[in-house]
Amino acid sequence: MTFTEFAPERLLAILPESLLFLLAVAMLTLDLVWKPSRRRILGWLAASGVTLILLATLAFGQPPADEPLVLGGMVRWDWLAFAFTILILFTAAVTCLISVNVEGVGNRGDYYGLLLISTMGMVLMASSADLIMLFLAIETTSIPLYVLAGFLKADDKSTESGLKYFLFGAVTTAVMLYGFSLIYGFTGETNLYLIADAMKAAGLSLLLVGGIAVLVLVGFSFKIAAVPFHFWAPDVYEGAPTPVTAYVSTASKVAGFAVLVRVMMLAFPSIDAFWAAILAAMAAATMTLGNVLAIAQSNIKRLLAYSSIAHAGYALIGLVALSVFGVASMMFYLLAYVVTNLAAFAVVILFARAAGSDEIKDYAGLSRRSPWLALVLLIAFLSLAGMPPFAGFVAKVFVFKAAVDSGLIWLAFVGVLNSIIGLYYYLIVLKVVYLYRSEDDHLPVQVPRPYAVALAACTLLILVVGIVSAPWLDWSIGAARSLF
Amino acid sequence: MVPLSWYLILAAALFAVGIFGVLARRNAIAILMGIELMLNAVNLNLLAFWRYLWSDNLTGVVFVIMVLAVAAAEVAVGLALIISIYRRRSTVVAEEIDLLKW
Repeated sequence: MTFTEFAPERLLAILPESLLFLLAVAMLTLDLVWKPSRRRILGWLAASGVTLILLATLAFGQPPADEPLVLGGMVRWDWLAFAFTILILFTAAVTCLISVNVEGVGNRGDYYGLLLISTMGMVLMASSADLIMLFLAIETTSIPLYVLAGFLKADDKSTESGLKYFLFGAVTTAVMLYGFSLIYGFTGETNLYLIADAMKAAGLSLLLVGGIAVLVLVGFSFKIAAVPFHFWAPDVYEGAPTPVTAYVSTASKVAGFAVLVRVMMLAFPSIDAFWAAILAAMAAATMTLGNVLAIAQSNIKRLLAYSSIAHAGYALIGLVALSVFGVASMMFYLLAYVVTNLAAFAVVILFARAAGSDEIKDYAGLSRRSPWLALVLLIAFLSLAGMPPFAGFVAKVFVFKAAVDSGLIWLAFVGVLNSIIGLYYYLIVLKVVYLYRSEDDHLPVQVPRPYAVALAACTLLILVVGIVSAPWLDWSIGAARSLF
Repeated sequence: MVPLSWYLILAAALFAVGIFGVLARRNAIAILMGIELMLNAVNLNLLAFWRYLWSDNLTGVVFVIMVLAVAAAEVAVGLALIISIYRRRSTVVAEEIDLLKW
């Protein structure tokens, strides 16, 4: 692995990051110069800006054939980073759309600015190839998210969730950094692509390497909300403004998986059986705990929080399989999960605007109030539960197949059992939506245009990814090859 | 010269004190101080390793500067969040900040 000389066209590797930064600055400036009445279109502007960045990245940001390390080895320009970047940008665009009509955040330029800076950090997380860059990217992602979670200063739950997110995040990051400092100390390297060889050359004992891997895993498990570092998730998801919850539960988790897969595969190949065993145990615990605790929830945001914890467990199965198909199935799972969860949260936001409540029992009669919205919720929840023909079904089949291929039949078994538990609580919500009646049956839930666009895009993707899954899987396999 | 291992032991002890502070303290400000201790242990580790083993390039020092800068930004955000809670509830004791549970 050699570091290439500086060449201007290599700057295209950080094209999305640069454009996101400019867009964030534009948001902050417009917030200053525009009158409050005009700021309502900031959300549209941010969403279309991110969409343009997504298209520009698709057109110009494709990595060259040799997938080089660029910018002095700080960033790897490969298909893995590219695929994760596209996914994160899509999530950011949808999040901007579903923020537009939310009280207290939708017309604030600083809200979109923070959101875009955080997106920039996530995109960097997906591509960084150096411990220093990785640390900076993780913090660039996390610090704006802490602020966003506590954004509603007049809301007790929001400020509380911001503080909890911050405290958990700062502690786990410090533990992860301690691991980074030991990696640097024992190898003298910070580049992910040189660490493994340097560890071998230094003759480090496997026990020491294993200890370092555990420290590093603490930080990553926090980002993906895997058991035992999931405590923050339900509290933060419930308290934060709902678009932020949607964003943290999708984009932040995707970025966490991007880092997890790259660092573990590249820096710790000598002990892959060891960390795969830890992650397998974590996956089983994460799925089970998330699903079992979700059953008892009465608040839909908390239910989705526990469900998203469980989904991190399913996605981990793909990584634990330690194969090209395994990593590809993990990416496919994340794609299916992201589009589905965004659709679910968009419905939750719309319903909360109309009914002023996030309690599941208040969803009674939604199918009579707004049949289309209820249908979207049905599709999203059945996809989360893993029913055909939706994206969630194919995704689950792929991760279970990856586990069986690698001889982890017990893990696939735990996963299937968990899908059944999951189906139960998703159906309970759908029962309330479809079978129960309420006094407000004649009052339809308003669906403003940005939400209609976001819902249509997500629902379409749930169906397309579920029915025509081959191209998406090929795409994931192409990206996963970058690591092997 | 003081051997490298002494610095590493000091850093590990500092890190342990920091974790203890985070887990045992009830005041949010004190938890924040625990986090700072942990980050300083990291810095001590990095600097000791750099000075004794890898002083032929500046990677270790650059890492420390990055950690310092980011830690400052993080504390600024953390204190702002603590202040916004204090304004609403007149408390910064972790156990009393308990609207969200189960």
